Amino acid sequence: MNLRPVTDDRLVSCHHLSCAYGDNVVVSDVTFDVERGEFVGIVGPSGSGKTTLLRAILGMAKPAHGEVTTRKDVRLGYVPQVESVDWNFPVKVLEVIVMTRAQRRVLPRITPAERRDANDMLERIGLGGLGDRHIRELSGGQQQRVFIARALFHNPDLLVLDEPTTGVDVRTRHEVLHLLADLHREGISVLLTTHDLNGLAAHLPRLVCLNREIIADGSPREVLVPDVLERLYGAPMYVLEHGGMPVVLDHTEGVVVEPLRPRAV
Amino acid sequence: MSGGLAADLFEPYGFEFFRNGTVVAVVAGALCGLLGVFVILRGMSYIGHGLSHAVFGGAAASAVMNFNYFIGAGLWGVVSGVLIGRIARRRILGADAAIGVVTTASFAIGLALLNRYGQAKRSIEAVLFGSVLGVKTGDIVAVAIVSLLAVGVIVVGYRHLLFSTFDPEVASVSGVRVSVMEVTLMVMLSLTILVTMRVIGTLLISALLVIPAATTRMLTSRFSRMLWLSPVIGASGAFLGMNLAYHTDTSAAAMIIIVCATAFTGVYFASGVRGKRRSAALGHL
Repeated sequence: MNLRPVTDDRLVSCHHLSCAYGDNVVVSDVTFDVERGEFVGIVGPSGSGKTTLLRAILGMAKPAHGEVTTRKDVRLGYVPQVESVDWNFPVKVLEVIVMTRAQRRVLPRITPAERRDANDMLERIGLGGLGDRHIRELSGGQQQRVFIARALFHNPDLLVLDEPTTGVDVRTRHEVLHLLADLHREGISVLLTTHDLNGLAAHLPRLVCLNREIIADGSPREVLVPDVLERLYGAPMYVLEHGGMPVVLDHTEGVVVEPLRPRAV
Repeated sequence: MSGGLAADLFEPYGFEFFRNGTVVAVVAGALCGLLGVFVILRGMSYIGHGLSHAVFGGAAASAVMNFNYFIGAGLWGVVSGVLIGRIARRRILGADAAIGVVTTASFAIGLALLNRYGQAKRSIEAVLFGSVLGVKTGDIVAVAIVSLLAVGVIVVGYRHLLFSTFDPEVASVSGVRVSVMEVTLMVMLSLTILVTMRVIGTLLISALLVIPAATTRMLTSRFSRMLWLSPVIGASGAFLGMNLAYHTDTSAAAMIIIVCATAFTGVYFASGVRGKRRSAALGHL
């Protein structure tokens, strides 16, 4: 199903990419592109190779076969999982934001221009006035936003996020999704991994279904179908439609779903 | 203060060995405090411990072969540090296992050389337990040079070091050469251990790398503040420890560590919930 036309707007291209840890192949013969202006989600079960594929795109994992090519001078902004860092580390929000400009300045002090830019960035993502807070004092959703702000401070062409809604509550998930949608509307390309089919993946314009190899590539309506999902998760799954969007249910044998009726008072 | 007490307090400064020893100890305390910030925030406490044991092997080999201590033990320590980093990065072994293999092997080689060539015993004991008696002008110059180098590296590489310590993966994606930062820190750590070992000794040096920085972590949540406060605590501990050691006729290295540990304990109990929460964040110590 990977029949997307090749264009010159490609930011990242994976060409017959395979990655392995020793003899264990975790990504096999993956070919797909991310073009400028796209919003792409890589979905699949735990251990399906999503994070490894992302790491290969970011240059952190070495391909066993094939290659990853990026557009010349493309800037990638990486947002790792929130759990990946020590939130007790002794830094303030502002210091985290300006970290990605480490290459541009040698001396330690944050310049007035950097401070102004960082505060503008915090305003943009709804964290205005929190620059002098210690990062531990933020909520889970605010911490995720700080990571996104740090990546945006790098002026990326492509924002790459690893499981941005893992371990967060429903409200935070909505905040993150809306923020990413806003950024996409502003012209930022987005590539993310998620295993959250209903909460996140179903809302994205394009999904790449990965289980070691690409099972399907297309819009949620095209790929969130029982046949693809069974191949992706190795178990029968059902798809309902709600508000014009697919809603995925796992195996419901023996469960009778009845419409809710108002209780008699 | 009575004149007699003041005279007693200043008495040791009449001896050149004590003046030299105090200068080296104070600068060493500041240097260890400075690098200790990175040691504790990167969860490298065991590396500091292991590297000091590894350098012991180089010191023993240098003594036996009548080779320059700084060059022999320094090269040995730097090679051990880089080797630990490489083994750990391959992820076949954990960092703790890599340190265990490299440093204990190095320590064992030092012990074997000590047993085989017994005439080196005296200088080796000084390396193991530290000694202010043997401090020479060359030691002062060496510790001063390494301190200036460390300050220069940290000022110039501040942002890269901070980013690669906080979030190495994103730092790497953002263009920071994380492996270069790691090697730089390992080299600085090896050099620090090398120039401070003769005063503090192999067996206690890791404590000076950890305690001042851990104490500082309970006092502040600012990385930049840790970088000056930790050296101040390390230097103060060394100064007090040297003087107490003279007046109580005990080991200078042991007294320096006892003073620093007492400061840690005092801050732990005095800093309340916030400080304890910060120290709890150093679970990897």
